Amino acid sequence: MRIRITLISLIAALCGTAYGIHPVYESGPVEFHLGQNPSVSEQIDDLIFKRLHELDLDPANLTSDSAFLRRAYLVVIGTLPSAEEVTRFLGSADPNRRTQLIDELLARDEFPEYWAMKWCDVLRVKAEFPIKLWPNAVQAYYRWIFTSLRANKPYDQFVRELLLANGSNFRNGEVNFFRAMQDRSPDGIAATVALTLMGERADKWPKKKLEALGGFFCELSYKSTAEWKEEIVYYDPIADKENRAETAIFPDGTPGNLRKFKQDPREVFADWLIRPENPAFSRAIVNRIWAWLMGRGIVEEPDDIRPDNPPSNPALLELLQKDFIANNYDLKHVYRVILNTKTFQLSSIPNLDAPEATANFAHYPLRRMEAEVMIDALNLITVTDEVYSSPIPEPFTFVPEDIRAIGIADGSITSSFLELFGRPPRDTGYMAERNTRSSSQQRLHLLNSSHVLKKIKTCPLVTKAVEEKWDTEKLARTAYLTILSRNPMPEEIQAITQYGGSDGGKDLAEDLVWMLLNQPEFNYIH
Amino acid sequence: MNPFETLNAQQFNRLVSSAGVPMTRREALRRSVYGSAGLLLMEPLSIRADQPTPTGKAKSVIQIWLWGGACHVDTFDPKPEAGAAYVGQLNEPIETNVSGIRIGQLLPELAKIADKYSLIRSMTHRNNGHETAAYLVQTGRSSERDVFPCIGAVTSYFKGYDSGYTGLVPPYIVLTQPQGRFSEAGFLGPKYKPFATGSDPNAQVFAVEGVVSPDVTEERQKNRRDFLGKLNTLGGAIPGDATLKTVLQNNEQAYEMILGDAGKLFNLSLETDEVRNKYGRNTFGQSCLMARRLVEKGVPYITINYQGWDTHKQHFQIMNRKLPELDQGLAALISDLSASGLLDSTVVWCLGEFGRTPKVAMESPWNGGRHHWGNVFSALVAGGGFKGGQVVGESDAKGEDVKSRPVYPADLISSIYGQLGIPEDAPLPHPLGTPTCVVPGKDEKVPMEGKLTELI
Repeated sequence: MRIRITLISLIAALCGTAYGIHPVYESGPVEFHLGQNPSVSEQIDDLIFKRLHELDLDPANLTSDSAFLRRAYLVVIGTLPSAEEVTRFLGSADPNRRTQLIDELLARDEFPEYWAMKWCDVLRVKAEFPIKLWPNAVQAYYRWIFTSLRANKPYDQFVRELLLANGSNFRNGEVNFFRAMQDRSPDGIAATVALTLMGERADKWPKKKLEALGGFFCELSYKSTAEWKEEIVYYDPIADKENRAETAIFPDGTPGNLRKFKQDPREVFADWLIRPENPAFSRAIVNRIWAWLMGRGIVEEPDDIRPDNPPSNPALLELLQKDFIANNYDLKHVYRVILNTKTFQLSSIPNLDAPEATANFAHYPLRRMEAEVMIDALNLITVTDEVYSSPIPEPFTFVPEDIRAIGIADGSITSSFLELFGRPPRDTGYMAERNTRSSSQQRLHLLNSSHVLKKIKTCPLVTKAVEEKWDTEKLARTAYLTILSRNPMPEEIQAITQYGGSDGGKDLAEDLVWMLLNQPEFNYIH
Repeated sequence: MNPFETLNAQQFNRLVSSAGVPMTRREALRRSVYGSAGLLLMEPLSIRADQPTPTGKAKSVIQIWLWGGACHVDTFDPKPEAGAAYVGQLNEPIETNVSGIRIGQLLPELAKIADKYSLIRSMTHRNNGHETAAYLVQTGRSSERDVFPCIGAVTSYFKGYDSGYTGLVPPYIVLTQPQGRFSEAGFLGPKYKPFATGSDPNAQVFAVEGVVSPDVTEERQKNRRDFLGKLNTLGGAIPGDATLKTVLQNNEQAYEMILGDAGKLFNLSLETDEVRNKYGRNTFGQSCLMARRLVEKGVPYITINYQGWDTHKQHFQIMNRKLPELDQGLAALISDLSASGLLDSTVVWCLGEFGRTPKVAMESPWNGGRHHWGNVFSALVAGGGFKGGQVVGESDAKGEDVKSRPVYPADLISSIYGQLGIPEDAPLPHPLGTPTCVVPGKDEKVPMEGKLTELI
């Protein structure tokens, strides 16, 4: 299928309008043909573009290399590319450079670090109020999540380990899944399981359905040990005093047929959940990953899957599920497939700024950097750091000095910056807990706080520019590459020269770094 | 609300019908370039419908938060008869100017003005964890799953920008540090978070974070602002984008603070030395003075987070240092508000997340400390229509439990909402759409005894 946009932009080019391809953010119109033996990424694009065609919508243009690079870094590893990395990528003429970059990023150390942060939101990794994990339990839980992601543990195994976890919360990190929830009654656990692993909100279920699922979590007990705040989670058949397990029913309506003392009911539930034939399992995770990478779920909100909230593109969701199962629940594979689509690489300049276009991925949505990503980016650019400490005294959590915010395990270790920019409290596990909306207080902080101004004053971009007497053009080039991950346009250099003369200097360097850090182009993933 | 949904359905329809056919990007760009109002249809989305500003006797609230939990028996509920194991060194409470009311001996200034405030001696929630108790006292709720906004954020929601508040500074101010992990705004989101001043009002220059930056001249601020606007390349590429428009609006609001008169408001050197000394030359005293200045400008909610009350060790040494500070600052604040008449429209309430063990912990390693005590504790309430010179409720002989008229956090908070004119059943925007009111409903099973009718 050839997209009509090429024709339209051709006409636009012939007519001499300047609106065709944006020189900074776009490389050209989408050209897409579904060939023989298409890859899964191509099949995805086919489904997306077909759907847009049905809706009489045109996709946005493709991103420029610099826009793609920046987006890929921020989305895949939560980290800003360095000026050197930008220059290297922009200098490459390899036609496969984008695919290669995706592979490189998926292999970086920051990948498991950043995604552990996202999973810790979902799994509520936080000490004390209101989740009540003790700091040692937080560290054990985090360690399990981080190492699982680093090893790219197959997702079916990841979930099975979570669901069947037993033992000490200080020693078996994954057992904290059953502790990191405010309501630890069987129904409370069931609601958490539905949200976390099925992307469904049990408060929208009939009460009976939740109680029936709760039956699988009735034979679970907690006991303390001689070690302060240590707790053992274990299978305890006599805990189910009301024989609720006997009435347990799977969420799809199939009776559980549990027989007491034969098997931990959680195993029976895990066997039901983690099966290729169970759409609820794979649907929730591929939709979640799609939302993480694309800024919006195929079902939106991604953790509110229900019959009356249908996917915007059912065939797309199904394709992702099938491919995920065929590849043995390989999480990184899903990332790779999505990142290699043209859909992921569409520009953020919408062709039509309308809800249908957004819901059907006709352009890449603008979204503000997450709190942790933003402070890490500010620190990377200005070569400064933050001090984080735990407010919980016993046992005191050691936080390495050079830690980046995306690597903080404990949701209760925070800073006023992270709070201001909407770090999630990790109370509920809802994805919407993370807030990326703009506020005037955030802007005030970026524009004029001593915290940010001090970073700018002392940053090497400024001090080196002064020491080495950079002229304005060199200053602008370095600052744009470092902060916006691209080269400045001639008009931009001209405007900077107009503002501060052509000789550079300390004031101009400071003002320039300040100005770029305050641009939405910096604060937003585009 | 999803920030990426840049248009709602109605706005989209208007946009479509205004052009007859769906407007393309190029079309949209052309229109904006030629100054058509086409894209101005996109108003920034607000999560609530317009509501009239609630009217009540009280217009402002000052919350003095004794962070860490202050000891009730050493402050507002002395128990000299409980014996040495309980009272420690502070065994001589003093009479106030209201006969029958005695308070702790280190609060002589407050003793002189007891007719201007009332004491609640039967606060209770039975929770001894800092986080949970702080949440209970400031939200009135014990959440299972949701995180509710605290009273400051709720007040900001009903009396702040959405209700036409146009003050110089944000409607909800914290002096000086926010309470860390306590999420003030809860599910209301960051728009309703307090503005925390940072810095120290007792310092040479009270460099309010973001507002006062002594190193950047006004001229340079203005130049920078122009520079920022000129080089907004992304904004130029997507001129109609609602997300980017919100950023620009937020920038404008920020600049009103930076370049407007907010700096003067925070400049405490405009007060005479005599006044500043009256409040006490310490962070708390000057915070009280700052709070008074903010109330004078109509700021609806101010919280003073007064640190250092978690006295497991060296309790009495710390009380000897801190109580005179509290006494001087709080008494000066209430007196000044009273003298100017503003006390009638300003609620001042002072308490921490809980009290402290009435029996002194003499054993090692505490050696004379007091631990957390949520069974019973005290609060001071003044102004905003609340009667003064009253005592509500009683604790038992040793200050260990409620003896009569338990007052739960929800009772106190709902009474303050009442004074502010915020209706009990005013809806809060629950993120999942669950019907939720300002004051917890019966189905929430929050312990409540009812409003403080004794004081209203």
